Amino acid sequence: MNGETPISIRRLSVYYGDLQVLKDVSLDIPARKITVIIGPSGCGKTTLLKSLNRLLDTAEGVRVRGQVLLDGEDIYAPRTEVTRIRKKMGLLSQKPQVLPMSIYENVAYGPRLHGLKSKKELARRVEHYLRVAGLWDEVRDRLREPASTLSVGQQQRLCLARGLAVEPEIILGDEPTSALDPQSSQNVERRLLELKRDYTVVVVTHILRQARRIADHLAFLYLGELVEQGPAAEVFAGPRDPRTRAYLTGEIS
Amino acid sequence: MKPLPDARLNRRKRTDRAFRVLALASAAAVLLSLVIILGAILWKSLPALSLSMLTRTPKGGFYLGKEGGILNAIVGSLELAIGATAIAFLLSLPLVLYLNVYKGRASKTAVWTRFFLDVLWGVPSIVYGAFGFIVMLALGLRASLLAGMLTVALLEFPIMSRAIDEVMRLVPRELKEASASLGATRFETAVKVLVRQSAPGILTGVLLAFGRGVGDAASVLFTAGFTDRVPGGLLDPAATLPLAIFFQLGTPFPEVRERAYASAAILTLIILVISLAGRALGRKATRHVVK
Repeated sequence: MNGETPISIRRLSVYYGDLQVLKDVSLDIPARKITVIIGPSGCGKTTLLKSLNRLLDTAEGVRVRGQVLLDGEDIYAPRTEVTRIRKKMGLLSQKPQVLPMSIYENVAYGPRLHGLKSKKELARRVEHYLRVAGLWDEVRDRLREPASTLSVGQQQRLCLARGLAVEPEIILGDEPTSALDPQSSQNVERRLLELKRDYTVVVVTHILRQARRIADHLAFLYLGELVEQGPAAEVFAGPRDPRTRAYLTGEIS
Repeated sequence: MKPLPDARLNRRKRTDRAFRVLALASAAAVLLSLVIILGAILWKSLPALSLSMLTRTPKGGFYLGKEGGILNAIVGSLELAIGATAIAFLLSLPLVLYLNVYKGRASKTAVWTRFFLDVLWGVPSIVYGAFGFIVMLALGLRASLLAGMLTVALLEFPIMSRAIDEVMRLVPRELKEASASLGATRFETAVKVLVRQSAPGILTGVLLAFGRGVGDAASVLFTAGFTDRVPGGLLDPAATLPLAIFFQLGTPFPEVRERAYASAAILTLIILVISLAGRALGRKATRHVVK
């Protein structure tokens, strides 16, 4: 690991066809902290997040310029193995997307892909990460049931457990609480705060209060441009750029 | 809000009621024709329906009203349609997965492939029959179970592919991304996630294609041939139920025509049983589908 900055974004531009969605974004993401990317809808937050594990490649007509260094390795270099990049990151999407299989299989899916065969070890890992995600006690008796029978809040924690089970270094959250009720949101936020002891966390959100609650490091994205970044306390207390100030006070949203 | 003027509200209510009557009437018409068709066939077939229809092959003079059954056509039709459906499935599934996982759903390849499949869907089955016949002649094959299977597989392929494709297109992109973000390759995502998520659609597609295949007469007329014996191998000619109906209905003897209706009833029953069995089997395969 590259010590303090596991992810370093260097002059990243992303185009959807002729539309430039990200403009020359540079951002260093500190290790074992929660970095929150804020900004109004449509400002490129999700695009920025997806560019980190190369999920953008699945869309057609997308062009990427610039670099994303993961532990010092450029993930957009032609010889980089995509699945290995993705194994280093767990993703929580806006709406929890459970896989069409049982609760147990959802968590075992990733480890199995990466070659874990021992049933005992799989069972151990499934239990361990369901515990970390705070879901174990609710599902221990129904592991073989379809994951879709869980409530949305439970599904999001299942997705968290599933992402952690591939033992990544980084957790990405794309507005991970936007589909959840307040209590489930709080639960997920609490998990993220616990997880930053061991993981580097990057969360995209448009909920300012959420950013205040969990952010160590803050980045403000506006119209595809990274306007301001820094330690969360500093940015909240004294934003340097007038656009950041306007956003934080609710003048632009 | 200001209440609407009464006259206008009444008119809207009348339209609503009129449409309801229309919808009910068409539903009734459809159901009624189904009942009439099934009823008529069963009614006409009653005198000829017997155990020996199911268990015996045609004996000498069967088509003149003497004894025997249509076991040859029942077995021939089942073997042919099951084989053809299996072949069509082996062609359809990889194609549909390719279109939905490897190609973006709006890519040029995907759009054109879908267009060609739609055209193929609309091609009349006699054309498939004629095409199969040309290929047979070119290869020096004679009418056989295998030739029939391949021709019917061609007929079923576009139906099955498009039916499965329509369901697979509905799989949200986020679900594929979830699988990819865990480090799955496209192939792994296709086989482990897309297939499961589209299981109900795959089942419908297979049953739909099977129904078309087992009931088609024109495509097997020249390619599978017809015989009074149960086919002994892939290169033997094979009788089929649609052709059995066709031949029996064309005779001047009333008792043989009754047998045509009995054959039709049996064919309908086979499709019904296979559909129900497929659905029952499918219930287990579809319990994990994410809504």
